[in-house]
Amino acid sequence: MALTDFSYVRQEMAPPKPAPASEVGVIHWLRANLFASVKDTILTLAAIALLAYTLPGIIQWLFIDASWTGVDRKACATISQGGILPDGQSGACWAFVSAKFEQFIFGRYPSDLYWRPLLVMAMFVVLLIPMLMPKAPYKGWNALALFIILPFVSFFLLGGGLGLEPVETQLWGGLMVTLILSFFGITVSLPFGILLALGRRSNMPVIKMLCVLFIEIIRGIPLITVLFMASVMLPLFLPDGWTFDKLLRALIGVSLFSSAYMAEVIRGGLQAMPKGQFEGADSLGLSYWQKMRLVILPQAIKLVIPGIVNTFIGLFKDTSLVYIIGMFDLLGIVTLNQSDANWSTPVTPITGYVFAGFVFWIFCFAMSRYSLFMERHLDTGHKR
Amino acid sequence: MAGFALSLAKPESQRSSTSSLIYDPKVRGIFYQILTVALVALFVWTVTQNTIHNLEKANIASGFGFLEGRAGFDIAQTLVPYSSDSTYGRALLVGLLNTLQVAFFGIITASIIGFVVGIARLSKNWLIARLAQVYVEIFRNIPPLLVILFWYKGVIAVLPQARDSIALPLASYLNNRGLFFPKALWGNGAWMVGVALVVAIVASIVIFRWARARQARTGQQFRSGWTAIGLIIGLPALTFLALGSPISFDYPVAGRFNLTGGSTVGPEFISLFLALSFYTASFIAEIVRGGIMAVAKGQTEAASALGLRPGVTTRLVIIPQAMRIIIPPLTSQFLNLTKNSSLAVAVGFADVVAVGGTMLNQTGQAVEIVALWLVIYLSLSVTTAMFMNWFNAKMALVER
Repeated sequence: MALTDFSYVRQEMAPPKPAPASEVGVIHWLRANLFASVKDTILTLAAIALLAYTLPGIIQWLFIDASWTGVDRKACATISQGGILPDGQSGACWAFVSAKFEQFIFGRYPSDLYWRPLLVMAMFVVLLIPMLMPKAPYKGWNALALFIILPFVSFFLLGGGLGLEPVETQLWGGLMVTLILSFFGITVSLPFGILLALGRRSNMPVIKMLCVLFIEIIRGIPLITVLFMASVMLPLFLPDGWTFDKLLRALIGVSLFSSAYMAEVIRGGLQAMPKGQFEGADSLGLSYWQKMRLVILPQAIKLVIPGIVNTFIGLFKDTSLVYIIGMFDLLGIVTLNQSDANWSTPVTPITGYVFAGFVFWIFCFAMSRYSLFMERHLDTGHKR
Repeated sequence: MAGFALSLAKPESQRSSTSSLIYDPKVRGIFYQILTVALVALFVWTVTQNTIHNLEKANIASGFGFLEGRAGFDIAQTLVPYSSDSTYGRALLVGLLNTLQVAFFGIITASIIGFVVGIARLSKNWLIARLAQVYVEIFRNIPPLLVILFWYKGVIAVLPQARDSIALPLASYLNNRGLFFPKALWGNGAWMVGVALVVAIVASIVIFRWARARQARTGQQFRSGWTAIGLIIGLPALTFLALGSPISFDYPVAGRFNLTGGSTVGPEFISLFLALSFYTASFIAEIVRGGIMAVAKGQTEAASALGLRPGVTTRLVIIPQAMRIIIPPLTSQFLNLTKNSSLAVAVGFADVVAVGGTMLNQTGQAVEIVALWLVIYLSLSVTTAMFMNWFNAKMALVER
């Protein structure tokens, strides 16, 4: 009662004092992250110097001095090289990319039939997007349409037949071939890799030995030799009169190669499974395939999703090697077009490669980000 | 379920009856294996028959006799004497040595860049960490072949002609035909310097062992690292001076159309080497970062509790443990680099695949050449794997 009358007892909390200026805001962030110590300061200054030295030049070359429009090499060449730019100026030749853009995407595919690859692309995107969204329903049907039906439909759409005008695979090229090769490789290598991994862990010695042999030989040699094998040896292996399409040979080579790598990734997941899971499935009376399909593989694959996506990214990058066996994927068609006399300037090759590199980079980067997202989404077991 | 219950009820009769044989996993296993062997044998037989038939039809001899034949093509960069009159076998050897050369230099450079970038990614300095991240994200997501072609056709091919070479320090020149630098000509007795270097390395190893044994016995430390550096640099240098500097240089001289003299590294090698180093370094950086991050924080804290300074903690506590995690994936990156060196064929660098490809075009002996490739690359892989397994076993944690 009387105690409450003590007027010097404070009734409210004192307002908090603002943090010292050196502990908040931009200044603090700069201090903590860039100038924490003498060594840090030196490093930061060195990095800023490096950026100041390189970045303006790169931006100047890529955008400011670049030629954006034009119909032939004059737009990108300097006067002494027979063009219109002042001597000494050097910039990216984006006019080259925009003039050849259709070729970079479709190769030498007849331009009046572009609707066919575009339709395939549209179907692919429509089927792929719900496949990638974890919450979208009907995953089974979606997968069936994307991985089984779409390849057949697109094969007829792109190659012709059944009333459509045929287009030889020789004419396919550009980003289209890159995407076909990598999509086919991904579709084949995952199931094949799973079978190989299961075979490698099988307790039947013959099966195990064959799988180990296949995996280790393929993993021990470069993809180039596999592609050479596919392009030079396959025709030798076949009986008279049988021929294999060049694209199909490359598809076989790429898929075999990535299956071996996929098998090792999946094996990592299988090995990480606790023994109790196998025994638990056995005690339920499940058969071998039921056990694998319902208990082991769903868990094992979930564990190795980053590895699987890394293999996909590797496969996507490796498709560029078909250029060496004479096919024109994105990289191949960019290289081919540089020798076009209409466009040959000192900056043409580098511009083409910057463009191709950027396209490859976007696809690979998107895949790696998606794998991070899936990892977080599927990481249900360890949350507390 | 009924069948399951039945078999539980009378297991003996089930096992003895012949109809149950097909349900016996062992019998089934043997059956599947026999089936597989038969299918594989059939496949191999068909392929062999077809191949023999096709080769006969194309009039191609089989066997490795062609390796004795005259090659008839030139190779720009060789480590051993070679001319177009040499045999195919010799050409293949040149190719193999070129592969090993680019792999060797690539591995060293990629490791250095990779470790620096990997550690930089963990830096507390925001700018340094971001720069390292940008490097990794760019190079990891671009095909190595594109990087090779970028250097070869995009950068080196548009360098100035030999007449207007770019002068670099140390009397070196850079132009679109490659890098020209002074060649060292060793005089009389120069081999003594090499001997001195070997002696210094052996002596350092002995000192390391002695110092470790002494520290285990008495606890006293010995500056073996500095001693070794002193020995390895000092001993050859002293020998060199004592012999009266038996070295002279052959400098590249600008001629009318080309530079003469000195040593040259061709544009093919430069672009391949740069591309492989930068590409592989981005993967090594991620491995190094992962390895260091995987060392538990308690280790750092325990080291601080013992009073170790941060530098010493990194050197004696973090790095040895991180190396254990880093080494196995690092091995596979080294192997990847070696295998990726086969992309040389795209720029015409005469590695083992490019030489083999030329031979294949000339002789048509696809089977033999592919077999040689397989043997060469598989033995490279096996050798590296064995060395790394040995190293790994040495570094592995010794537990009870």
